[in-house]
Amino acid sequence: MTELLKISGLDVDFDTRRGTVHAARGVSLTVRPGEVLGLVGESGAGKSTIGNAIVDLLESPGRVSAGSILFEGEELRGRSEAEMRRVRGDRIGMIFQDPQTSLNPLMTVGAQLVETIEKTNGKISGAEAENRAIELLEQVGITEAKARLLAYPHQFSGGMRQRVVIALALAGDPDLIIADEPTTALDVSIQAQILDLIKQLCRERALGVIIVTHDIGVIANIADRVAVMYRGEVVETGDVAQILGAPTHEYTKSLIAAVPRADRKLDRFSSVDYIEGGTTPFKRIDIQTHWLGESQRERGSGPAIEIENLDLSFTLQKALLKRNRKMLQAVDDVSFTVNEGETFGLVGESGSGKSTVARLIAGLYRPDGGQIRVIGQDVVSHPKSATARTARRALQMIFQDPYSSLNARMRVLDIVAEPIRFYRLTDRESETRKIVGDLLDHVGLGASAALRYPHEFSGGQRQRISIARALASRPRILICDEPTSALDVSVQATILNLLKDLQQELGLTMLFISHDLPVVRQMCDRIAVMRNGGICEVSDTETLFSAPTHEYSRHLLDLMPRMDLLGEA
Amino acid sequence: MSHEQPQERPQDRPLTRWQRFKDNDIIWSFLHSPGAMIAAAITVFSILACLFAPLIAPFDPFDPSQISLWDGKLPPAWVEGGQPQYLLGTDNQGRDMLSTILYGGRLSILVGLAAVCLGMVLGVTLGVISGYVGGVTDAVIMRIADVQLTIPGILLAILINGIGRAFLPLELRQEFAVYVVIIAIGLTDWPQFARVARGATMVEANKEYVQAARIIGLPAWLIMVRHVLPNTLRPVLVIATIGLALAIIAEATLSFLGQGIPPTTPSLGTLIRVGNEYLFSGLWWITFFPAIALVVLVFAVNLLGDWMRDALNPKLR
Repeated sequence: MTELLKISGLDVDFDTRRGTVHAARGVSLTVRPGEVLGLVGESGAGKSTIGNAIVDLLESPGRVSAGSILFEGEELRGRSEAEMRRVRGDRIGMIFQDPQTSLNPLMTVGAQLVETIEKTNGKISGAEAENRAIELLEQVGITEAKARLLAYPHQFSGGMRQRVVIALALAGDPDLIIADEPTTALDVSIQAQILDLIKQLCRERALGVIIVTHDIGVIANIADRVAVMYRGEVVETGDVAQILGAPTHEYTKSLIAAVPRADRKLDRFSSVDYIEGGTTPFKRIDIQTHWLGESQRERGSGPAIEIENLDLSFTLQKALLKRNRKMLQAVDDVSFTVNEGETFGLVGESGSGKSTVARLIAGLYRPDGGQIRVIGQDVVSHPKSATARTARRALQMIFQDPYSSLNARMRVLDIVAEPIRFYRLTDRESETRKIVGDLLDHVGLGASAALRYPHEFSGGQRQRISIARALASRPRILICDEPTSALDVSVQATILNLLKDLQQELGLTMLFISHDLPVVRQMCDRIAVMRNGGICEVSDTETLFSAPTHEYSRHLLDLMPRMDLLGEA
Repeated sequence: MSHEQPQERPQDRPLTRWQRFKDNDIIWSFLHSPGAMIAAAITVFSILACLFAPLIAPFDPFDPSQISLWDGKLPPAWVEGGQPQYLLGTDNQGRDMLSTILYGGRLSILVGLAAVCLGMVLGVTLGVISGYVGGVTDAVIMRIADVQLTIPGILLAILINGIGRAFLPLELRQEFAVYVVIIAIGLTDWPQFARVARGATMVEANKEYVQAARIIGLPAWLIMVRHVLPNTLRPVLVIATIGLALAIIAEATLSFLGQGIPPTTPSLGTLIRVGNEYLFSGLWWITFFPAIALVVLVFAVNLLGDWMRDALNPKLR
């Protein structure tokens, strides 16, 4: 088969005030018609840069400094902006990550499609263009296409919007489609549909497709061939079965080993020392004798968290009269119990209310009705009372976004020491500093991190700082709200290992919230499945994965990415 | 690019404050925008010149022994009839224009700075409380601000100034006029600061580091002071700079209207006012030079504020 796209020896440089950053070095790739090439790598690997370089959409100050991009035998480098614009619409289509921002909210879907069709097809009458738009919408699986032409993007759901974006990419009848993380912003159930659609279009129209993603699951589902990128270089290229099943490069091996397995439970994630520095603890502290372990002696025997018939609704639309208000029942009659020392998982898709439950327990929201007891103390009826405050102090939370969960204007020392200083948990400042150093050592950052500011750390390292801050209150319960979903898969493995270790050493109770079933399987003892604010099912992890009782749990399990290509890593 | 990872330097020593300062993107941006540097140079030069007026000014406009009515209304030195010792000429009372502008500018800048500080402290305090607490408190504070904004600032300043002076006994009015003006302008200024601070607070209060602080159990005032306030200061700093220019203008306007600083104490506004009376007698220099000084100063401060708004806004970089 001939090659549709052939990139050889591509270098992309970004000149910054701190020197030149080589975003891509010597990248060589080929795409054939009717083939899906997966470009996989972690953040900063340069995978999006490659996609943008092909269509000359590099953000300033990026530039292609060497190599060639042959598209259907023609060189794309050095073309004028006008020529590239024709190539982009006509022959290469783009699908971006966020369907929210890739459509113009002020234009109807039909108008956007017709505009693109007219621009790319030259002479075509309005009626023809409209028929073509209807045809395209039908092809991407939108029913009642004719009526939908008059709808605005906000009237579409996320998945439907991404379908429209795909239709737009197809409008110029391109030969190559570059999809940059096309499903990252979507829920799993929609992700599967979109991937199927892309694959089907690729086969039917003999399109070449480049899927840029960080998600091994997406690659396993859709790609024919895979190129693995690491720090701007392609380290390995091959068939999907070979790359996932029998990788040869060290980086690929460690990357694949770090992917959480849904099919069986492992004791620990295989640790990836290839990527991020500072994963091995600098110095372990002996918890039993250390300050940090002192609170363990207070351990009781009852349940750590009990919630009964919890209700909370948010006002969507304010109104003076009650009947005109629009409310969203975010949490609907939720009850469960978390026992001391166990890890309890809350899973569900976005909007299922799982994070809201966590914030209710943490006291960030007040429930409309129901009971919350933390270590046996009622924390709802008198939230300001001394008993409720003491109970709440036993509870800390780790957040999803490592970039907004630390105050950028404070040193790490002050961030971690804040609870210690506020509650005067130590007698002297020197003691506080020593404990902060120990904590930072223990989470694998090293005591020297104390004098730095958060922006000097990567996402995974920041999450370690968050963990150290949570531990500084000497909590008995840790709520983890999607603690790793913003992180790369290799970093995720190390953070999850750290959480597991800490839990065992300190006997922590954990409430672990995630949308990622494989992760939940590795972390949790018991799991509650949530949907639309209610609980579908609560059961032991192994029972849930082997014999789910609720229909929705089965549905979620079916949607898990197939990992059968992965070998016995 | 957005997903460039910071370089990891686990073995390096933590940077000193001076290194951090040099490495700062804002300092870098400053050193690479000539407009900002010129504006800053003019601002700093004007402020220094005014502050050290007693040292540089050739005459002391407050010293009656140096003033002679015989030397009054002299044109600038290069115009026919001018005298070399009075570079920019003299005013109707025989005071050297250059010295008077330096002393007057000193007062104008001082009044501007003090008024902005007053407005900023008041506005930011109310704005942060409003944004963080929300609900009825927010509604009350912001409605007061809204009502105040419906009245033109200068009218309000005149009103406050008038009330302030009415409460002072006659013999103290002269002495306290400057403070009354500062309070009048400061009180007029606060809604701008409150709005900006409130907006920034509402953004910050939803971030996870504030939620983390709430879960630790810190009281609301401590979260506001330690966590929210430092993170709202960037936009506040921008409007404070532009506010300084506006406050200097406000002082000049008040004085020009005869509502502010008494004519015996020179400020840029009073000088322009006095000069205005002689403009049609051909004595243009009495009003022209103070006006130029005012324009240059305000323009430089505004340029600085503009640059700061761009440099401090991560979206525009």
